[in-house]
Amino acid sequence: MSALPARASAFLDRLGRATLGAVSEIGFAAVLLAESLMWAVVGRRRRQPVRLGLIFAEAMEVGVKAVPIVTIMALTIGLMLAIQSIYALKTFGAESRVVFGVALSVVREFAPLITGILVAGRSGSAFAARLGTMRINQEIDALTVMGINPVRFLVAPALFGTLLMVPALTVWADLVALFGAGLYITLELGMDMAAYADQVIEVLAVNDIAHGLGKSALFAVLIALIGVVNGALVSGGAEGVGRMTTRSVVHAITAIVITDMVFAFVLTR
Amino acid sequence: MSAAAQTAADPGPDNAPVIEVRGLVTHYGPRKILDGIDLEVQPGEILVIMGGSGSGKSTLLNHLLGLLVPTSGAIRVLGEDLNAIDGVARTLLRQRLGVAFQGGALFSSLSVLENIMLPLIEHTRLDRKTMEIMARLKLEVVNLAGFEHLMPAELSGGMIKRAALARAIVMDPRILFCDEPSAGLDPVVATAIDQLILDLRAAMGMSVVVVTHELESAFKIADRICVLDRGKVLAVDTVAAIRASDHPRIRNLLNRQGEDPDLDVDAYLERLTGIDL
Repeated sequence: MSALPARASAFLDRLGRATLGAVSEIGFAAVLLAESLMWAVVGRRRRQPVRLGLIFAEAMEVGVKAVPIVTIMALTIGLMLAIQSIYALKTFGAESRVVFGVALSVVREFAPLITGILVAGRSGSAFAARLGTMRINQEIDALTVMGINPVRFLVAPALFGTLLMVPALTVWADLVALFGAGLYITLELGMDMAAYADQVIEVLAVNDIAHGLGKSALFAVLIALIGVVNGALVSGGAEGVGRMTTRSVVHAITAIVITDMVFAFVLTR
Repeated sequence: MSAAAQTAADPGPDNAPVIEVRGLVTHYGPRKILDGIDLEVQPGEILVIMGGSGSGKSTLLNHLLGLLVPTSGAIRVLGEDLNAIDGVARTLLRQRLGVAFQGGALFSSLSVLENIMLPLIEHTRLDRKTMEIMARLKLEVVNLAGFEHLMPAELSGGMIKRAALARAIVMDPRILFCDEPSAGLDPVVATAIDQLILDLRAAMGMSVVVVTHELESAFKIADRICVLDRGKVLAVDTVAAIRASDHPRIRNLLNRQGEDPDLDVDAYLERLTGIDL
């Protein structure tokens, strides 16, 4: 180490620590995922059942209560896509092909992505804040000493509830965004809604919808795990909770966008 | 004092200690927090673990609760080796222990009644009505009847401690652990909590382990006191014996005097310069 100037050595030291920290967080997330799945399978036998009631409560919070905002966003995005696509296609005089582009981009990209980002902002942050607060209040310790495994009681319901609801919300966002696009397209091109719907159904293959839903399921796992991991790593009181909550949203959205790109790349080869 | 006399003779059929700690050593990173702790808790007694900040008493409690894994040493709770126990056996052991945390650790999303019912919901197959009655019964015991539908955020400090005690005893534990039960309370409420712990022991006959730095509280409730200092047990003895102790560090603690720092020239220079001498 003596060959390196002190500043460079300190930089390498910091880089090494940050890398190690990131790897250990990913490892922690993997352990939580594995444990949640394990409790779902063997929980009842080990007296640590994953309660359906808790999963539904999470699903209510993550999914049902997000319906209004998802609806507004999906409708707006649908309209926006239709406006931009028709504007762009006009230059080639190809407006009539607009449904092709809009339907595919809504179902394959926009609906899962916007749903994922909204749920990350609404629920990923909530998981981090809740777990972080519980941790600093010793509530996690209290669960443990009561003989209630915190992973099966807190993490598994959040994970499964999110996994249930993000794809469901994505289906809803698909429908609403396509409807929103349809509003503008039918008006602009003088089509009626039924003809538009027929075109959409003609354009879309099962594969496209599966592509979008598959991604959204991945996003759900990322959102839940990133929220939980950040919550579990909270230290330093209320300020720490705030810091990790912000971090969970930033990380979740970054992870979603990167995963989205990789998923699209791999599945279109 | 009456408490000590009352429990001196507790000839249960099973006289084995409920907790046995042997040679417990633990580190946080390179720092040694506990250094060779040996301790026993007898059935039905109230043992107070007393020490100043940084004495290691909270760490010791976390070890007794199985929340931390020691570097070396063994802990047996109700005959079970905490290093070896796992799975269902561990869950079953935990159902026989009750813990009242310093800040209460009540679940903020659940009402007081739901908090107290949670161990019953998770560990028993009783019907809901029965569980509610059992939880209300414990609320009566801790004088919180009528507050069952409040949320934890609506409770005062003393009420939080009472609710935490009620939740800790709802499964009728063999051992009750209390972390700083009277810390942060005004003297009147603190005394009431101390009395409550004595009453609970008298009514239910469980062993009680209390961690505290409050001398008055320790003297009032303890059958025996374990004085912890810098990760070591200085003494484990009756209240009278601890009061009469002439160990200089115990005297410092009793007289609420700061301790004299050890004068070690090498260590001092090392701290100042950062050079390894």
